[in-house]
Amino acid sequence: MTDIPQTGPADHSYALPPSYLGAGSTLKSWLLTTDHKRIGLLYLATITFFFFVGGVAATLMRMELITPAGDLVSADTYNRLFTLHGVIMVWFFLVPAIPATLGNFIMPLSIGARDVAFPRLNLLSWYLTAAGGALALVSLLMGGVDTGWTFYTPYSTLYSNSWVTLAAAGVFVAGFGTIATGLNFIVTVHTQRTQGMTWMRLPLFVWSIYATAIMMVLATPVLAIALLMVVAERLFNLGLFNPDQGGDPIIFQHIFWFYSHPAVYIMILPGMGVVTEVLTCFGRRRVFGYEAMVFAILGIAIFSFFVWGHHMFVSGQSTYASLIFSLLSFVVAVPSAIKVFNWSATLYGGHITFEASMLYALGFIGLFTLGGLTGLYLASIPIDVHVTDTYFIVAHFHYIMVGGMVSAFFAGLHYWWPKITGRTYSEGFARLAALLMFVGFNFTFFPQFILGYLGMPRRYWSYPPEFQILNIVSSFGALILAAAYLLPMIYLGLSLWRGRPAGNNPWKATGLEWATTSPPPRDNFDVRPVVNREPYSYHDDGSLPSNRDEHEENVNSQDSEGRGM
Amino acid sequence: MSSLNEPFDTITRQRSAAEFGIWIFLASEVLFFGGLFTGYSVYRFSYPTGFAAAGAETDLLIGTANTALLLTSSATMAVAVWSGRAGFRRQVLWGLSLTALLGAGFMVLKAIEYYNDFTESLIPGSPDFPVPDAGAQVFFSFYWVMTALHAVHLTIGVGAVMTTAIRVWLDRFDWRSTGLLHVLGLYWHLIDVIWIVLFPLLYLLGR
Repeated sequence: MTDIPQTGPADHSYALPPSYLGAGSTLKSWLLTTDHKRIGLLYLATITFFFFVGGVAATLMRMELITPAGDLVSADTYNRLFTLHGVIMVWFFLVPAIPATLGNFIMPLSIGARDVAFPRLNLLSWYLTAAGGALALVSLLMGGVDTGWTFYTPYSTLYSNSWVTLAAAGVFVAGFGTIATGLNFIVTVHTQRTQGMTWMRLPLFVWSIYATAIMMVLATPVLAIALLMVVAERLFNLGLFNPDQGGDPIIFQHIFWFYSHPAVYIMILPGMGVVTEVLTCFGRRRVFGYEAMVFAILGIAIFSFFVWGHHMFVSGQSTYASLIFSLLSFVVAVPSAIKVFNWSATLYGGHITFEASMLYALGFIGLFTLGGLTGLYLASIPIDVHVTDTYFIVAHFHYIMVGGMVSAFFAGLHYWWPKITGRTYSEGFARLAALLMFVGFNFTFFPQFILGYLGMPRRYWSYPPEFQILNIVSSFGALILAAAYLLPMIYLGLSLWRGRPAGNNPWKATGLEWATTSPPPRDNFDVRPVVNREPYSYHDDGSLPSNRDEHEENVNSQDSEGRGM
Repeated sequence: MSSLNEPFDTITRQRSAAEFGIWIFLASEVLFFGGLFTGYSVYRFSYPTGFAAAGAETDLLIGTANTALLLTSSATMAVAVWSGRAGFRRQVLWGLSLTALLGAGFMVLKAIEYYNDFTESLIPGSPDFPVPDAGAQVFFSFYWVMTALHAVHLTIGVGAVMTTAIRVWLDRFDWRSTGLLHVLGLYWHLIDVIWIVLFPLLYLLGR
């Protein structure tokens, strides 16, 4: 590590070492790049754009719901708003957010690779995602879709006169981008690990990206075929799901949820990986139960394919099917619980510091646990029948998707920002944003649990007056949340030209990505690193807190020798 | 024209990565068609007589001829792949050309069959649909979607085989050591395997 120039806050120069950012500044050098780091940044720009598009739709919905009467937008517009919000947020923000953005940038660095296995395919994935997003946006500009993000038949096939075909085509195209990304990541982890990076030395972020990639490859094609069947039925009047011709709309739900339940884990597993990295780093603690974490990740990936029926308890599937899906849904909670317990045990006895990304990660644990436990309510049939299609469901999956996944994304973004850009951001503002996000999120979505339990159905633009107070609280929370999302735009943006050079390893973390310069050079490492120890070797389990800093020094110096830097 | 691409250090590693990648893609493809197979199976269970009656309406002769064509094309493809491994340029070119030709022959026969299906009104929702049994229209919905999706894959396959043949002919890439011929062969065999499943589902049922 000695021959890497150390630029830190100590020297007052704002210059960064030569890096992938300097490999070209023309538009062409970005749009035709095969560098996984630049492609990661292309994804970052894309998902940020779509996040705000989806966010605008959510804002309009929350504004509509301030008053019981439907006065701001028409019922039809409201339908199109929540569909837009769902389609954009699920497929053009949540699915690519961590895997395609942070995964693309960090995963090859973490395994000591020069790039992903198929760099040109990686660029194609981005183009497919962007083209799919463009199609979805065009369908919005032409008049929108009113089916809900699930495209349920027969709404989507017989009754909807909106732009279902175009929107479905957008999701279909983006799906192939997801499959290509998944394929690329699986092959990368198998073939590009550096010397000494055995499977059981992989950071858990890499494991979670790997498991996610498997789900992407196996689940996304099923979504593609479901959408293709809907489009074929719309265009050619086929009878695949049309009861008049003998079809059964429920079949669509089965095929759709066979994708969409694993998709939930496609969205949340990478978040769990990020949180593991952040917690171990700022707890200065080796992760508790590494092997258990690996098997929990793989267990989640496998079991996620066998629980889709819990979305269909009231759709008319057989009682026995419902019973088995209920049981399996409880089973899939076990590996998630193992992870939560292991995170808690990791923090126990740690030297915890509260940097912004740690605040996001701690927020993740709380919100994910709440979302996960309410998931168990929904896995038990009697409660699910009571709250199906109410705001309880909305609150539950937003606790997982926004409270969990978006918090984890911000944790990862703040954790790796110094690596990605080479610069530090304002820690104070970042902590404020993390705090605002946690508070705003709970104000927005906790009332929705109560609303749902009291019986307020989702997807309505008006509601009985007795629900108004809770809806106002929720809309007020959304305002805080909006501020919390805009803040990082400002201080992270400012850091690009005002931020001090971060140095190679500002958090003193152990991952290989910190063993290269910030930002990394085009080929990631000047000398391919060699790994000779487990990940997360922050300190031994039994060492006394008073001795830990000294011990870490030792580990870090061994580390630099061991990697031959 | 170097055959070794970033980020690989050795051609062996690159080759095994490419072959591994195509296997993953094929797994994805199987699940893509799997949605259709699942839907078909469920409806087959719901409407056994309707499916049998409708299945008897498909063109067994063309279906069988097409099966023979595709099976033969897999053999010629295998000839191309293994000749590529041994470095026999002429055999690779013959294998690829015959494969593309047989694939194109399949599509010509399929087009004739589609034309006949149209004239016989074997179209779901058509007022002249000839089979009155419940579920017969669902059968033909699956018939159209499954065969059309297979035809799309075959078209891509024929295009890729022809492109590869031209590139081998012009010596545009290192076909001896890269795994490209093998990768192409695996894709082609998948198209064949899917047809082998489609053939009994759509043509042999109800006879």
